[in-house]
Amino acid sequence: MHDSHARFHSPFSFRNFNLTSLLGRRNREKRKKVQCPRFTESARNSQFLFYYRSFDLSIRMIRFILLQNRQGKTRLAKYYVPLEDSEKHKVEYEVHRLVVNRDPKFTNFVEFRTHKVIYRRYAGLFFSLCVDITDNELAYLECIHLFVEILDHFFSNVCELDLVFNFHKVYLILDEFILAGELQETSKKAIIERMGELEKLE
Amino acid sequence: MALSGMRGLSVFISDIRNCPNKDQERLRVDKELGNIRTRFKNEKGLTPYEKKKYVWKMLYIYMLGYDVDFGHMEAVSLISAPKYPEKQVGYIVTSSLLNENHDFLRLAINTVRNDIIGRNETFQCLALTMVGNIGGREFAESLAADVQKLLISSSCRPLVRKKAALCLLRLYRKNPDVVNIDGWVDRMAQLLDERDIGVLTSSMSLLVALVSNNHEAYWSCLPKCVKVLERLARNQDIPQEYTYYGIPSPWLQVKAMRALQYFPTIEDPNCRRSLFEVLQRILMGTDVVKNVNKNNAAHAVLFEALALVMHLDAEKEMMSQCVALLGKFIAVREPNIRYLGLENMTRMLMVTDVQDSIKRHQAQIITSLKDPDISIRRRALDLLYGMCDISNAKDIVEELLQYLSTADFAMREELSLKAAILAEKFAPDLSWYVDVILQLIDKAGDFVSDDIWFRVVQFVTNNEDLQPYAAAKAREYLDKPAIHETMVKVSAYLLGEFSHLLARRPGCSPKEIFIIIHEKLPTVSTSTIPILLSTYAKILMHTQPPDPELQNQIWAIFNKYESCIDAEIQQRAVEYFALSRKGAAVMDILAEMPKFPERQSALIKKAEVAEVDSADQSAIKLRAQQQTSNALVVTDQHSANGPPPTVPAVGPLTLVKVPSTSGNAEHTSEGQALTQPNGTLTKIDPQTPSEDLLGDLLGPLAIEGPPGAAVQPQQNAVSEVGGVPSAVDGAAIVPVGEYSNSVQPIGNINERFYALCLKDSGVLYEDPYIQIGIKAEWRAQHGHLVLFLGNKNTSPLDSVQALVLPPAHLKMELSLVPETIPPRAQVQCPLEVLNLRPSRDVAVLDFSYKFGECEASPSSSSEQISSAYISVCRRVLSSMEISFRPPLKLQEVVRGVRPLPLAEMANLFNSFRLMICPGLDPNPNNLVASTTFYSESTRAMLCLIRIETDPADRTQLRMTVASGDPMLTFELKEFMKEQLVSIPTAPHGPTAPPTPPVAQVAQPTSPVKALTDPGAMLAAEWSFEDFGLVTRKKSVNGSFLVLVMDGQSLASFRPNNKAEPNK
Repeated sequence: MHDSHARFHSPFSFRNFNLTSLLGRRNREKRKKVQCPRFTESARNSQFLFYYRSFDLSIRMIRFILLQNRQGKTRLAKYYVPLEDSEKHKVEYEVHRLVVNRDPKFTNFVEFRTHKVIYRRYAGLFFSLCVDITDNELAYLECIHLFVEILDHFFSNVCELDLVFNFHKVYLILDEFILAGELQETSKKAIIERMGELEKLE
Repeated sequence: MALSGMRGLSVFISDIRNCPNKDQERLRVDKELGNIRTRFKNEKGLTPYEKKKYVWKMLYIYMLGYDVDFGHMEAVSLISAPKYPEKQVGYIVTSSLLNENHDFLRLAINTVRNDIIGRNETFQCLALTMVGNIGGREFAESLAADVQKLLISSSCRPLVRKKAALCLLRLYRKNPDVVNIDGWVDRMAQLLDERDIGVLTSSMSLLVALVSNNHEAYWSCLPKCVKVLERLARNQDIPQEYTYYGIPSPWLQVKAMRALQYFPTIEDPNCRRSLFEVLQRILMGTDVVKNVNKNNAAHAVLFEALALVMHLDAEKEMMSQCVALLGKFIAVREPNIRYLGLENMTRMLMVTDVQDSIKRHQAQIITSLKDPDISIRRRALDLLYGMCDISNAKDIVEELLQYLSTADFAMREELSLKAAILAEKFAPDLSWYVDVILQLIDKAGDFVSDDIWFRVVQFVTNNEDLQPYAAAKAREYLDKPAIHETMVKVSAYLLGEFSHLLARRPGCSPKEIFIIIHEKLPTVSTSTIPILLSTYAKILMHTQPPDPELQNQIWAIFNKYESCIDAEIQQRAVEYFALSRKGAAVMDILAEMPKFPERQSALIKKAEVAEVDSADQSAIKLRAQQQTSNALVVTDQHSANGPPPTVPAVGPLTLVKVPSTSGNAEHTSEGQALTQPNGTLTKIDPQTPSEDLLGDLLGPLAIEGPPGAAVQPQQNAVSEVGGVPSAVDGAAIVPVGEYSNSVQPIGNINERFYALCLKDSGVLYEDPYIQIGIKAEWRAQHGHLVLFLGNKNTSPLDSVQALVLPPAHLKMELSLVPETIPPRAQVQCPLEVLNLRPSRDVAVLDFSYKFGECEASPSSSSEQISSAYISVCRRVLSSMEISFRPPLKLQEVVRGVRPLPLAEMANLFNSFRLMICPGLDPNPNNLVASTTFYSESTRAMLCLIRIETDPADRTQLRMTVASGDPMLTFELKEFMKEQLVSIPTAPHGPTAPPTPPVAQVAQPTSPVKALTDPGAMLAAEWSFEDFGLVTRKKSVNGSFLVLVMDGQSLASFRPNNKAEPNK
């Protein structure tokens, strides 16, 4: 019954997708769960409003990082600019809509309001960074990949389920990787070692 | 990987995942939230572990998109936990749930500071991370010094220092003053010598922020950046872990080059040379490789190098190398690289000398305009727009137009706007421009704003040779079966004006033109009908000899619209009908539109170069100058001896030029002009517009309460002429200059001001040379005021300056006032007002002009500057809160009131837009009024006022004011007091004759019955309760019935009332 429900809502078969390794390695059998699509708030306001009046546009930094799956479920959200909750929901909804249907052959950059979203898809997960339009797109694109490599290393062959059940660990890793909207550490080794230290403390 | 070791959390996540649908998920979440809430309530039984678990659950729920509006306190309190696991949860959850604007964060500042200055490195890291992610201004002020210490401390591990660098960056962004430049420059330079790449990356980010604000101070960091770049580019001393697919930290390379772009130039030749060596190596040595990540990383560095080269304005050779590279990129298949190629080429346009080489790629760029990816299409459009000039405008605009028919919705608006701008900017000839815009309207009418078609009309009106062409084109488009409404507007306008030029062509007789335009009438909206009516009137006028059949048809239409609900249509129908019966005189009244003032700066320059001294000629020149002020000028170009009537426009397109022929006086009086007997000045008749305005204001509000109902949301615009610095009562003259001939204002300024308090338009100030009129229109808290500056003389007024000094509560924006007002001309200056909050302060208009005397005494160039101070303020009223206690409700006994019959007072109130609600108070000596006050801070706020008068002593009264906002209540009360104490001698304009004594005939119950709208009734009911009248509501068949009780309850109210006069 669950299966038919899921199929009804999505043309893709995604029953196993959150077990798919993000970096495309062998699948591991974890528990099978049917993911139900999430219906976010209606797209009442899809207009590109000037939303970010609260911060200076000349500042180049990461505005927010989102990890969403194809259904739009947020797996991680980190905002480096002060947004109200309702705005956050709206941003998450809009970014998901913006990236989810893009052809893999398209660019990894989409204009979003007055900013740019750099996104990359790994299996069923979208990693999106929102940056200034004049920022270096490719550098952020590779920054996403580095983050995924770190996650992959830490969870040894990471898949979406790892991120779901260990979301607090993902936050920890992210805090070692990016701080204040800027890249903090680009050495995989340094971050993994640091995570080891922190694990011991718990 | 162990599932976090928190079973409860894992179980919860599994539960959520097992929910088959959204509703069940919500149920599960609500259950959990309820559970957490109860657990948090009796906090004593909570172990740190449990607390931690619940806070994680909260974060998870929050991440799913549910509102978590409690437990913030618990999350923040975990920060002060002594042990790492709890503290860590506290920090992470706090920085995810809260943002810098939350008050809760303040509670944590002390703990955070203790963690930062404490010895525990892990705690330091946690605290720095949270502050770096969500620290606000207060954090900046209290923590910046400690963070700086950590950053430069030699005893700290790199781990802490890199966090400190980014934390400081955050604090600096919040408050740049926290970094003391003098002390920090050397430290910053030292930081760039750092060996550890992690610390260096963070420090470089900090440097980018610092230099972007002030590059001069950090000059000494420049060579260090070059050194860092060299070290990376040569891969010297870079640990393996910091190379990414073989490239030494591409991110640090990008950052270093970013920092360098903030320095204007590099002067040191050695430094410059070594930098260019590195850049050259990057430009030449980057090849396309198969590995995506390596390729991306290498190109990230390459594009940053390109940007730096462009910034440094390198030698020509290097530049052409860059253009060649970009030309290669825009042709590759890899979408990201192509996108960046287009983007950087657009930036490249800023650099001189490369345009021509970019133009060579035009065909390639146009292909990208058709790319399936919208990101690429946008870049291509931007680039095409940027590279367009006279030589290629035709090609590019035609390409854009062609693309417009297939472009997707998301891009059409931008496309059409860009096409329109390019067409205007680079039009090789005007007929081409008209073609382009008409095509634009045809293909994407929805996106063609009024400005664009206004512009077409201006061009056509001003260029006689263009007129037949444009009219013919418009006629062609009308043949199409379905055309956009904008097309109807523009073609109707053009054909009305110029169709007589086509009369000999087939299908262009006045009758045929009329028929084809009239066919469109049923399909258009009310905004277009007025234009069509004007067209009909013009067609009628051009039909000479008159065609009785056509005349009857058109008159029938005018007749039909004479009773139209839309005021604009109605007015036009009535006026055109009357005008068209004037016979031959119509020829003059409906003559062709005069030329519009030119906007082209080139023309203005020409006019300025030519030495013009006669008043008439300079008027033309000055008219050109006024263009920038977007002011509408109505000039009368005839000599002063004839009656110079000018007709203020009803709309921008109905400007009617009235030549000074005989018999037009009656026409103008039918219009809106009021010709003064001595023919000196044309003045705006305040009556008609103000009535219109009132109608406009009431129109959209009718739903809130039927006319005469207790709650009639109203707004009030009050203009005030304030005091003058010289403290001369009523005299608004400040003589300046050697000749102290002062200008005497005509009429009492204060009186004028008070009169303006009561209506929306009128004369604000007048002296022998100038008259300033004002007209206000309010929509909620937004006010649109127009200042009418009229020069009463036959020579121009120079050096006109107007400055509005708004009080704190009003946001005002005065559009540019033209420097000169041509003779006998009137200039309109729109003034936008936004009411932020209630206040009684008034705005001041500081106005000055220079008047060079006319030919009578050419030798004496006496200058007179007079200043009038206008103030514009507004307020409004009424109430909505359930309970009004001080300060929401204020009561005061006002003495020394000018005795006023109650009916007159009611009238006065009504003119303040305080609607008297008869019958709410059974005591005939009392007045109850309500209104809605609009401002940014209060939004729409209902206000109630009650005046209790004493029939025995009319000089005092008790006033009760209530509203939902204490400040509003106070300000309103004070305002009313001012107004009642110093009621001007002539409080009513000519339009406001004493109305029937509404309040006196007030019956306790009958007007209440008039309340049919439940909302209004409810509001009225609250106001009853609030004002001491007991009301009861009964539900009868679902509708409310309001009963006003008397007896006991009223008795308890009346003694108060009576007690007053004894005080």
